[in-house]
Amino acid sequence: MKTELMSANYASARSAVSARVEVVAAYPITPATTVPEQVALLSETGVYKGQFIRVESEHSAIFACIGASSTGARTFTATSSNGLLLMDEGLHWASAARLPIVINNINRSVSPSWNIHVSHDDAYSKRDTGWIQFYVASVDELYHTLIQAYKLAEDERVLMPVMVNSDGFVLSHTLSTFDYLEPEEVDKFLPPYTPPHWVMDPKDPVSHGNIVFPEFYQEFRYMMHEGTKNAVKVYEEVENDYKKHFGKYFGGPVDCYMCDDAEVVFTSQGSMGAEAKDAVTELREEGYKVGNARIRMIRPFPHKQIHELASRVKAFASFDRGVSYGFGGPVANDIRASLYHTNHRPMVKSYIGGLGGRDMTVTDIKEVILDTVKAVESGELGPEETWHHLMEW
Amino acid sequence: MVATRDMPLKEYVLKGNAACAGCQDMVALRHAHKALEGDVIQVVPACCTSVVQSLWPKSGLAIPVLNTAFMASAATASGVKAALKAKGNDDTMVMVWAGDGGTFDIGIQALSGALERRTDFLYICYNNQVYSNTGTQRSGATPLHAKTTTTWTGKTEPEKMIDLIVAAHEPVYQFTANTAYPRDLYEKFQKAREYPGPKFGHIFLPCPQAWNYPVEKGVEIGKLAVETGYWIQWERIGEEFILGRQSKRFQDPANRKPIDEFLKMQGRFSHLFKPTRDDKKIAELEAFIQHRWDTVLRTFT
Repeated sequence: MKTELMSANYASARSAVSARVEVVAAYPITPATTVPEQVALLSETGVYKGQFIRVESEHSAIFACIGASSTGARTFTATSSNGLLLMDEGLHWASAARLPIVINNINRSVSPSWNIHVSHDDAYSKRDTGWIQFYVASVDELYHTLIQAYKLAEDERVLMPVMVNSDGFVLSHTLSTFDYLEPEEVDKFLPPYTPPHWVMDPKDPVSHGNIVFPEFYQEFRYMMHEGTKNAVKVYEEVENDYKKHFGKYFGGPVDCYMCDDAEVVFTSQGSMGAEAKDAVTELREEGYKVGNARIRMIRPFPHKQIHELASRVKAFASFDRGVSYGFGGPVANDIRASLYHTNHRPMVKSYIGGLGGRDMTVTDIKEVILDTVKAVESGELGPEETWHHLMEW
Repeated sequence: MVATRDMPLKEYVLKGNAACAGCQDMVALRHAHKALEGDVIQVVPACCTSVVQSLWPKSGLAIPVLNTAFMASAATASGVKAALKAKGNDDTMVMVWAGDGGTFDIGIQALSGALERRTDFLYICYNNQVYSNTGTQRSGATPLHAKTTTTWTGKTEPEKMIDLIVAAHEPVYQFTANTAYPRDLYEKFQKAREYPGPKFGHIFLPCPQAWNYPVEKGVEIGKLAVETGYWIQWERIGEEFILGRQSKRFQDPANRKPIDEFLKMQGRFSHLFKPTRDDKKIAELEAFIQHRWDTVLRTFT
């Protein structure tokens, strides 16, 4: 392990080297572009030993990964925003084919209007594809989560593809130190991928994906659901194993900070979770019993971890950098829905903001948390959702 | 030309597949795989072959088949090939088996990309000139004046000349074939094994369901397509163009059978003869046939 200084995108490309990815297929889109650029350079200089397919669209990128994964190769791609949306058909295809493909989605707002900065709408809109979804808060976390992602996706109890989300520009183009692992070091943790059930092989011919009638189709979907749900438990094993090997631990599906005696817990996805840590530290100094829960995994939804928190806190201040139009904050509403089947009834305040790359600073986050603190003190639930700093026209 | 007795006895298209009676796709697949002899991974987008390969958990094809999305077959094949390469296997043939809709229309971008990247694979378009799997809707390969369920009174445009589009990508080997000439088709697949790089085969394939003719007439119609000059048999090895021996004598329009013989056998053209022969529309079809001959020969020779 050695410390390197790189942007998240460069570190992302490096993860393909460390994890001995065999096939990368990618198409440029801002802000993901520097991932395929860097893979190309690593490939042309012999550092990356696998194949790199410079495809002509994101649709072809995901389907090239599907073809390669179906032939038993470990595969990786990176994209953003409209690119992820173009992949949609392939996202559903990959999960239903149970192919452990890994994507680094560099979150970017969806067009129109053109905006290349961060929102989480691109990935939020893929919550029902079956893909396991992570959100990370640092370059180091991105790099290591990508390596962990193969172990998780390839686990026979899971066998579902993984999307690791990192915030456009905030992480993708920002240099930071991270701990790089040589492939030989990762080998101890991550064995080569061996498809457990089927693979394209002329010596043992099978048809994959042919017609399944209504009497069986549902059972396949049930198994996908079970596989995805297993990912919460399996990821905890994977992370503990990773910690043993490399001393790295990012907090499991929900990374909690000062939550033990907290009355109000701020939840968020992505890089904002790092800012929130500072906001919580400052508020603690000011005497507020608040905590920070960084939701690293939104699919499968970490019910157990959220229920456990909900049994202790008075309120969640739940922040979404995205919208489900006509319904509200996607993860805030997931928390509400998850708690309905329990006896826990803390307030769940939903905040939406930071869209299109609008900065969410420590001051902004403190303001959000204090709004929830006020609701707790007054006992007034307030509005179903609050748009942070919405301009008046 | 290969003698029938010299073709391998091994069958890769098995009994119990779900093809319609008289399906010419089965003729094409049968002879293609006899020539490829099993060391192949076949990628199939949405098309008739995705149905006729049989229903899960069985397979009517004794080769590995990877079904994929409609517009993604050439991209999927690129991934399969890359994975084989990554694992040190340079021998196994990767073959796409796609219909005309999946090639001429929705899949053309992925096809163009894979050809441009010089992917070492064989892309086969089996062309029955219509979206027959969804029930006979017009495609970019449907001929002028043919009736479909989205052109009830006949299509108003001729088909796209896909071979010229593909040729602009300069594949190492390109051919047309016709299931009425299975030995010729067999030899072209054998030849395709010899050339590393992007290869494209375009197979004319009559469909009794969509074209509305008696199921036993597929070979007859396939031959008439050649004898009337409607379909041209040719190969292109790099820059070298070879006009197929079945088509050679029909280069001269004087030797061609009247197009009526080809059209009259098919329900999709029946309106051209009812109540009386539509001389104008049939002349338009003949003009397009000649235009295609002229364009192909002008471009390739």
